[in-house]
Formats: sequence, structure tokens, C-alpha cells
Amino acid sequence: MTELIDFISNNMQMIYIVVLMIFVGVEIIGHVPAVLHTPLMSGANAIHGVVIIGAILVLLGVNPDNYLGQSLGFVAVLLGTLNVVGGFVVTDRMLEMFKKKKE
Amino acid sequence: MKYIISLEFIYLIASITYILGLKMLGKPGTARKGNLIAAAGMTLAIFGTIFLYQGEVPTYIYILIGTAIVIGTIIGWMIAKKVGMTKMPELVSLFNGMGGASAALIGLIEFEHYTGQTLSTATIVAGIIIGSVSFSGSMIAWAKLNGTLKNPIRLPKYNLINNLIILGLIVFAGYMTWSGTSSQVYLYLLFFAALAYGIMLVIPIGGADMPVVISLLNSFTGLAAALGGFLYGNMVMLTGGILVGSAGTILTFAMCDAMNRSLVSVIFGSFGQGDSQGSDDFTSDSIAGSIKKTTVSDVAILMNYSQRIIIVPGYGLAVAQAQHAIHELEQLLVDKGIDVKYAIHPVAGRMPGHMNVLLAETNVDYDKLAEMEDVNPEFKNTDVVFVVGANDVVNPAAHTNPSSPIYGMPILKAENAKNIIVNKRSMNPGYAGIENELFYNQKTSMLFGDAKAVIQSLISELKGM
Repeated sequence: MTELIDFISNNMQMIYIVVLMIFVGVEIIGHVPAVLHTPLMSGANAIHGVVIIGAILVLLGVNPDNYLGQSLGFVAVLLGTLNVVGGFVVTDRMLEMFKKKKE
Repeated sequence: MKYIISLEFIYLIASITYILGLKMLGKPGTARKGNLIAAAGMTLAIFGTIFLYQGEVPTYIYILIGTAIVIGTIIGWMIAKKVGMTKMPELVSLFNGMGGASAALIGLIEFEHYTGQTLSTATIVAGIIIGSVSFSGSMIAWAKLNGTLKNPIRLPKYNLINNLIILGLIVFAGYMTWSGTSSQVYLYLLFFAALAYGIMLVIPIGGADMPVVISLLNSFTGLAAALGGFLYGNMVMLTGGILVGSAGTILTFAMCDAMNRSLVSVIFGSFGQGDSQGSDDFTSDSIAGSIKKTTVSDVAILMNYSQRIIIVPGYGLAVAQAQHAIHELEQLLVDKGIDVKYAIHPVAGRMPGHMNVLLAETNVDYDKLAEMEDVNPEFKNTDVVFVVGANDVVNPAAHTNPSSPIYGMPILKAENAKNIIVNKRSMNPGYAGIENELFYNQKTSMLFGDAKAVIQSLISELKGM
């Protein structure tokens, strides 16, 4: 229990960020027309590709003797890249249909 | 000056682009720009992380990272660019799975470095479970959407089994955390069990519900990314991950709302009736009356002398790949001075927006696509409603029959039109697996045949008039 309380007080800023970002996320998805549900989901999909940063950090900090770590890290970066690049390109393609629409 | 290029500042900018980008994605006018802004922020964060890292890194590691990124970019770009429009939804699932797998792998690698640190281990273990479930679940969803896995596979009492598995997983994860174990065997046991759960979770769910499932798994991956951010104290992973986790959850509920189904009924039961087959109870009260069949020539004449026609596209249009044909038909009718519109139901097809994407491929005039709320009052003034490959979205049982599985779902009120022509290949039921009352309506005639062939015959008939 004390460990938990210590954790909270040491990481108060991160907790603030988590709480605030939850509210931001909720607010953003206000009144989204049904036709945009899928592109929005695709865009969000691309953004969680930020997990690639974690994979990069793993490789940057890995021990040179840890061959398993380096191989898995390589795969993790590759998969993360697929998420990011594939995600943003797919979203862009889905949105091509809005090229002509004048608001 | 030094502060401006600090990594923390770059992460802040990236986080801002995610928020702005996602916000802009919610409006048709700004959606494309929003996507590009978020992409720019992501790129900045990635390069910042690589080049502003504080620490001794052997050169070959940079080469490793660079190679992985280059390969991933080439493959990801090619898949996303080359694949046909109708495959877009399944690609979302595929790339979501990639992200989940990445998160799980991070956890697998880092586990041994945090032995004994309870909270870090908890974060790692949670990340592995969530990432793995998201990965295997997304792969199953991908297989279902591209037709590889056609029918939901339902073991007896599958809900009970699944709930026991996840409970077991959580207990095991808890044990691993509190015992401070460094066992790699336990680690991989957890990993494979989580993968199995992901499969078990998604495989019983029907294809029509896949969009909701993918949206849910999308927020899971966001959560997994956030947990990674928590572990490293990495701000950009935290903001991006929580943003997607939160927004993704709301989006999931919004999608359920459009189908008038609860998330619980999507995950745990077909039409909220537990393990029942859904259609059994309903087909016993079979609909009185018979269907009327019609021919292409009769329909052509009917259309030729109409003033207003509404086309209701559905999944069948996509299956027959008849979108170009229907566009040609629409243009032909418009040239004859007929008012033609498309009525798009929010869940027509296999994904929200599926019909829009399909028709966009043919460069249909965007003004001709009408949303359900706008077009419903117009049906009573319409001479002909041409239902092509759509079924449940025009089934009046949704508001007349309280025992129907689709009761309560908002539908297109095609039954109000003066004439209703339904094109299907056969009398086989649609996704809901139930009879459609509309087909037995006095004003309805069934035009059987493959959508593309039928529409092309209609076009030739009409051209001769």
C-alpha cells in the first residue's frame, strides 16, 4: 500500500496527463457523422502506432549480448512501422472521397 | 536554442498534433489535413527519439532500427496503396494487430529488466496481455472480413469458457507480479495464453459486428501503448496511447449506438440472446403471403416512367462488384430527367461508410448520397425504391415486431415508397438471418439475379427506350 501511495505522489504529473487525455479523447469524439466513423477509427489506429517509440527505445538500450532482445526488438520496430505507415496511408485513401465535397 | 530541439519539446508538439489531427478527422472538410498533421507529428517524434537519445549506442543498432523502419515503410505503404477500396476495413484490423504485437514484444523483452519491481512488472504484464489479445483478436477479425473465416465458431458455453480464461489470465498475471518471479517460462506461458484468449474472444462474433470489435481492439492497442509510455515515463506514448484508448472507446459505443445494439450483446451474444441461434424463434411465425417476382423489362419500364427513384445499396452490391454498373444506371436515369438518390444506411455493408467508399470509387456525385435521417421522409414521395443487395436495413420488422432480433434498429423506410424493387440472388436471409417482411409487401417485387448482371440488363433495356 505504501508503495502505491509513493508511486502516486512521485508520478502525479503522469497521472494528471492520463486523466486529462481521457477527457480530451472523450470530448474529441463529439458528434461525428456515421460516414466518418471508419476513417476516424483508422486515424486513431495510426496514432497508437506511437508504440514504435517504445520499440525504438528497447533497441537503443539493449545489451549487445542480448541476441533474443535485439531480434525481438527489430521485429517490434518493424511491426510498429507497419502500424504507423499503413495506418496513415489507409486513412488517407479512405478520405479520398471527401476531395470533392464542398462544405 | 538548445531547449527548442529537446526531445521533451518534440514530444509535446507530437502530442498536440495527435489531438488536433483526431479532432480534424471528425469533420469532412478538415479530415484529410488532420490525418496529415498527425502523421507529421508522429514522424517528428520518431526521428527525435532516434537522434536525440541520451546514451551510448553502438552504430549497428542505428542500422538495425533504420532497416526495420525502411522495410516496414515499404511493406506498409505498398499494402495500403495497392489494395482495393473494399479491403480498407480489414487493413485497419491488420495494422491494429501489428501495433498490438509490437506492444506485446516490448513487454516480453523488458520483463527481465524489472524483476522485483512490482509496479513496473504489473505494467509490463498488463501490456503483454492487452497487446497480445489485440494482436490475435485483430488477426481473426482480419480473416473474417476478408472471407477466410466465414462463420462464427461457437463452442458450447463459449462465453463461460472465455470468461474463465481471462479470469485465469488475470490471476496468473497477478501471481507473476506479486511473487517477483523472473521465470521466462511463466512469461511465455502468459503470452501464449493471452494470444489464445484473443482468438477465443473474437472468433464467436458474427461478421456484421466486426467493425465494433475492431474499434474496441483499437482502443486496447492504444491502452497497451500507454502502458509502455507509463513504464518508460515516455510522454508521447502516454498521450497518444491514452488518447486513442479513450477516443476509441467512445467511438466503439457510437458504432454500437448506430446499430442499436449494446456492446455487451456484441461481445457476449448473438442479438443479446446468449447462445441462441437468433433466427430460430422468429422463423416459426412465418410471414403470411407470398413474394412477387418481376423481370428486367418490367422494372425498366417502371423506372423509365418514374419521376423519383431512390437506390438503397447494400452488401450485395459490394459482393457483386456492381458499383460501377449502378453508377452507370443512375447516370442513365438522370439523363432521362429522373431524380435519383442513394439512401445510405449507417450500417449498410460491413462497416460504417462502406457504401460511401464503394460508391466513391465510381466518382458518384457526393450530393446524391443521402443519410438515413434526411432521406426517410422522402420515401413516401418516391416512385421506385431499388434495393440492391441490402436486406436488414430495410426490414420493417425492426419497428413492427418486438420479438425480432433487429427490433429497435433504425431502418430506411423503403416500405413507404410507391413501388419497391428488391434485387437479390435468392431468398437467402441477410446478416441477421431473419425473414424480411418487406419482401412480402404488396408493393414489392423481387428481381432475382446477380446485381451486376441484372443492372447491366436494366441499362440495355433502358437505353432502348
